[in-house]
Amino acid sequence: MVEQEGIRRYVAHVILWTGIIIVAFPVYLAFVASTQDNAAIANGQMSLLPGGHFLETYYQTIFVGTSGSTREPVGNMMFNSMVMALLIAIGKIAISIISAYAVVYFRFPFRMPIFWIIFITLMLPVEVRIYPTYKIVADLHLLDSYAGLSLPLIASATATLLFRQFFMTVPDELLEASRIDGAGPFRFFWDTLLPLSRTNMAALFVILFILGWNQYLWPLLITTRDDMQTIQVGIRKMITTSDALTEWPMVMATAVLAMLPPVFVVVVMQKLFVRGLVETEK
Amino acid sequence: MANVALRNVKKAYPNGFEAIKGVEFEVGDGQFCVLVGPSGCGKSTLLRMVAGLETISSGEIDIGGRVVNQVEPADRDIAMVFQNYALYPHMSVYNNMAYGLRNRGMAKPEVDTRVQEAARVLELSAMLDRKPRQLSGGQRQRVAMGRAIVRQPKVFLFDEPLSNLDAKLRIAMRVEIRKLQRRLSTTSIYVTHDQLEAMTLADILVVMSAGQVEQIGNPLEIYQKPATTFVAAFIGAPPMNLLSPRDSGIKLGGPGSEAGMVGIRPEDLAIADGAAPDGGVALDLTVEAIERVGAETYIYGLRAQQAGQSAVSSKPGELPPGEVLVRIPGQEGPAIGQKIRAVAPREKLHLFTADGRKRLN
Repeated sequence: MVEQEGIRRYVAHVILWTGIIIVAFPVYLAFVASTQDNAAIANGQMSLLPGGHFLETYYQTIFVGTSGSTREPVGNMMFNSMVMALLIAIGKIAISIISAYAVVYFRFPFRMPIFWIIFITLMLPVEVRIYPTYKIVADLHLLDSYAGLSLPLIASATATLLFRQFFMTVPDELLEASRIDGAGPFRFFWDTLLPLSRTNMAALFVILFILGWNQYLWPLLITTRDDMQTIQVGIRKMITTSDALTEWPMVMATAVLAMLPPVFVVVVMQKLFVRGLVETEK
Repeated sequence: MANVALRNVKKAYPNGFEAIKGVEFEVGDGQFCVLVGPSGCGKSTLLRMVAGLETISSGEIDIGGRVVNQVEPADRDIAMVFQNYALYPHMSVYNNMAYGLRNRGMAKPEVDTRVQEAARVLELSAMLDRKPRQLSGGQRQRVAMGRAIVRQPKVFLFDEPLSNLDAKLRIAMRVEIRKLQRRLSTTSIYVTHDQLEAMTLADILVVMSAGQVEQIGNPLEIYQKPATTFVAAFIGAPPMNLLSPRDSGIKLGGPGSEAGMVGIRPEDLAIADGAAPDGGVALDLTVEAIERVGAETYIYGLRAQQAGQSAVSSKPGELPPGEVLVRIPGQEGPAIGQKIRAVAPREKLHLFTADGRKRLN
């Protein structure tokens, strides 16, 4: 870091603080709203300081649910989202590391065409192939199931490419040393390649977990039962009420709760994440 | 303990390039064989074929009386030390050495005994828990050696193991490798492009060029009687002077007078005033440059008839045409620009055919 002198230092701090306030204020406001009385919010008389309904609102949100169009407790939604995000993150890492291993270390017919097919799927995100994907999932009777929520999102060209690039930087001599040491393809993968990919996997996990957690369109399409609903879909449904007042404190509490797991994952894995992006340990 | 035999071994790549064009030699039990040659001559490829990391296009490789052409590297009973060491970066020194043994299903106490013993020999005992990145170059090199010796293989293979070390450490490790190999008396094949390493380590020296063996033999024999001009120029530092008698006005009588190429080692030339000793060679030179290294002095001289032309080397490591190198002991010597006469006796001359492929004396 370059140490800055006098006024320039203050200017830098002012800019940084402005940025922090712009980003953090809506989050703070959501938290404040979640602790207020609904009537105060509806009247437009919401205070900027936390109110006294914290425990009550959060208990109601997590364990009971709103009385509006979705009555599902948010605790259950969070569980669904968690299962889906974990399945997607772990599934993607598992599938792509194996396919990258195949593409980099084995010579088989149509190796490059297969690689290019994987590459091309980069251009076909779920939104583009949503109708055929829905049809397949429906035909397999996977609607309203965790498999249906996660499987179509698991195949990942991005992660495969990332692992491929990483594997190509691993020196060939390591493979040769393993062969001389009597390690077959499976042992080489398990004993050498996996431990070396640890930081890459952690970095990917953070990105993919957040990606999975924030899925909206796909869960909205294939879940019809309230008890299979994910939190992102749930928030949206809570806002729409037919005849009653939107229960804003609970909506805001849900929003705050929806932010927590990604924040937790980033904080816990930050060290590994940064190392995975900048450092190569070879 | 085993001998290694290569019988008419060839390697051709799918694109038609022939990396190894029929190599044949045998390394006796416990001998230290060094493959030496300029880069791209196929020496590393040949070593990797012995290791089983490259396929053999034709011919046979025999380790301890068993043809291993189709045998997996792990089952050839060899151990290899790589140029960049190829240590497993995520494993401790101990695990790096133990990994191959565990993969063979060896019992834990036996693994431990072997690793501890190797660590003791290589002075790595205090570092067994460290990761390779916490070690210096020389220590990594020793771990790589340790990984090879714990296996107690029939054959050690070394692929330029010292080229990543600095000059001083290289000499120290060279001596260590030789001592270790003597004590274990394991058959070894060692690849290097450094002719000094080759000379000092080898029991048998195999000089290679462009996928072929130029000469096989004891290092001193090769130094004294190089079979081709390639070997003559490659082995020995500074390199041998190679002159064409026609251009340099050398008149040779008696047997060998038909020689198309005459080689003279720089140390066999002496500065003299008179005529060449009986049947020898005398060269009139103008001193172009002088290098004093302390114990000896190198004099670069241009032959009289070429004086005035600037001499530019065509190949690195070889003298430019018309230039002659004289190596004299001590620190005395002529001054730059001085005219001198360098003479060599007849028995010190190396005579070759004009194409340099055949030795005549």
